[in-house]
Amino acid sequence: MNFFNELDKFSDKTALITENSGAISYKNLLAVADQIAVHIENRCLVFIVCKNSFESIAGYVGFQRVGLVIALIDASIDDDFFLALLETYRPKYVYMPKEGQIDGFAFESVYSFENYVLLKSLKTVEYILHRDLNLLLTTSGSTGGPKFVRQSYKNIDSQVVALAEYLGITSEHRPITTMPMSYTYGLSIINSHFFKGSSLILTEASLVDPRFWSMLKENEATTFGGVPFIYEILKKLRFERMKLPSLKYITQAGGKLNNKLMAEFTQICEEKYIDFYVMYGQTEATARISYLPCEYVSKKLGSVGIPIPSGKMWLEDTEGNRIDSAGVAGELVYQGDNVTLGYAEDYFDLAKGDENKGLLRTGDIAECDEDGFFTITGRTKRFLKMYGNRINLDEIEQFLTEEGYDCACSGKDNELVIYLTKSKEKEKIKSYISTKMKIHPSGIDVRYIAKVPRNESGKILYSKLA
Amino acid sequence: MTTNREKYDNAFKESFEIKQSDLKDELEYNTIETWDSIGHMQLMAELEDSFDIMLDTDDILNFGTYAKGTEILAKYGVDI
Repeated sequence: MNFFNELDKFSDKTALITENSGAISYKNLLAVADQIAVHIENRCLVFIVCKNSFESIAGYVGFQRVGLVIALIDASIDDDFFLALLETYRPKYVYMPKEGQIDGFAFESVYSFENYVLLKSLKTVEYILHRDLNLLLTTSGSTGGPKFVRQSYKNIDSQVVALAEYLGITSEHRPITTMPMSYTYGLSIINSHFFKGSSLILTEASLVDPRFWSMLKENEATTFGGVPFIYEILKKLRFERMKLPSLKYITQAGGKLNNKLMAEFTQICEEKYIDFYVMYGQTEATARISYLPCEYVSKKLGSVGIPIPSGKMWLEDTEGNRIDSAGVAGELVYQGDNVTLGYAEDYFDLAKGDENKGLLRTGDIAECDEDGFFTITGRTKRFLKMYGNRINLDEIEQFLTEEGYDCACSGKDNELVIYLTKSKEKEKIKSYISTKMKIHPSGIDVRYIAKVPRNESGKILYSKLA
Repeated sequence: MTTNREKYDNAFKESFEIKQSDLKDELEYNTIETWDSIGHMQLMAELEDSFDIMLDTDDILNFGTYAKGTEILAKYGVDI
């Protein structure tokens, strides 16, 4: 069991503030949540198709309180990918918006709450769920196969304790949502604030929507988090000129913010008396791995800081030897109770226990300075962050190769470049990858190349690409 | 010479990957997949480049439809 079973103590405190339903106390939230979950007999797997709404959160809280295994899936998911997840994991229940549809699977509606419906599968499959397993999260929008990261009760508990400690979260805090709850960073904000009895402001509006800013101002939000793209929007909206006296601190994670933007926000936040936390993490670590204490943000520009409370971080060379001298690059390795159990690729994997034993090789290359602050300098794996989502370049290449194309993928964060040997199909590939991988087309550049450069063994020579 | 209307339309077509026939007054933020927050930022950047202007915060936030955009640009002396 986890902290969701102790939320009753917050009783009349406001748990949620929404656009449509106004303020909802913990007591009311729990009554609704328990009413949804009462329809489920035994511990089983449930899919939640998530939005930042009262209905979605209530289902999540209810299912947590009866100890289910919960897979969180964003409502904007590609239909094919959703069906692949259903086929691969065969959840006994799906809790989703009423307007959504499931084709090809037999479900009956057993309960509905406002705009959400709880569906029960009519053709269930029996399989084992490991006792430690709590949550299943995807690692990116929709690339690759139907893979989940397996998070345990201990993972969630250790993460909320660490976040509450280093961010100093209290019941007086009011975070406003800026990211999907199915995204590990968004979820970590929700979990850690419930843990402390804070009030969550829920909105589906993005930062370019005036409704977001009126929700923030009217409800006096004290904090929000953002991936680098959110900080680019804030810059464009001239955050420095906005009057937002309720904001106490803001956080940044989900990819590296370029040093220029980081320096600008450090200064803006200092002038506005807003604490600015730069953080680093992965879904494989239940969100957070390290953070840069806000008093160091100008002194250690570009750094991802120090490990979160109770975590350990070090660097290893390619032979796996620990690097102890400052300024020498190596793979960043993390150890802590928030390192997840492992991956799942089908429902048989849900029986598995802890495969990582608290140790995570991050795939990021970093250096450590004399004061023990880490800076990421590269990656061992070929992936990009597209607007906060992790995109594996090898997977996209493989995907297009399977479709019969000769191609190579490279680029940088928010700029995926696909080199294609068929000039006439540039536009087609752009819209295909955009739809399939849920990447905004403006972030994809498809370029013609006469021949993909390869070495004798057929490996692509990325350095030879345009 | 490209007219302002053509420049305006091109910004929409390029930012959202849509066709001329998709452009109508009612075209609204969040009603097509590509006009999300990412597409919106792209559109603002295209318009600022094309017309050599700098949009204010409120104008970026209130730029909710194809029609509304022409009213906003008029404030910057751009007649569509």
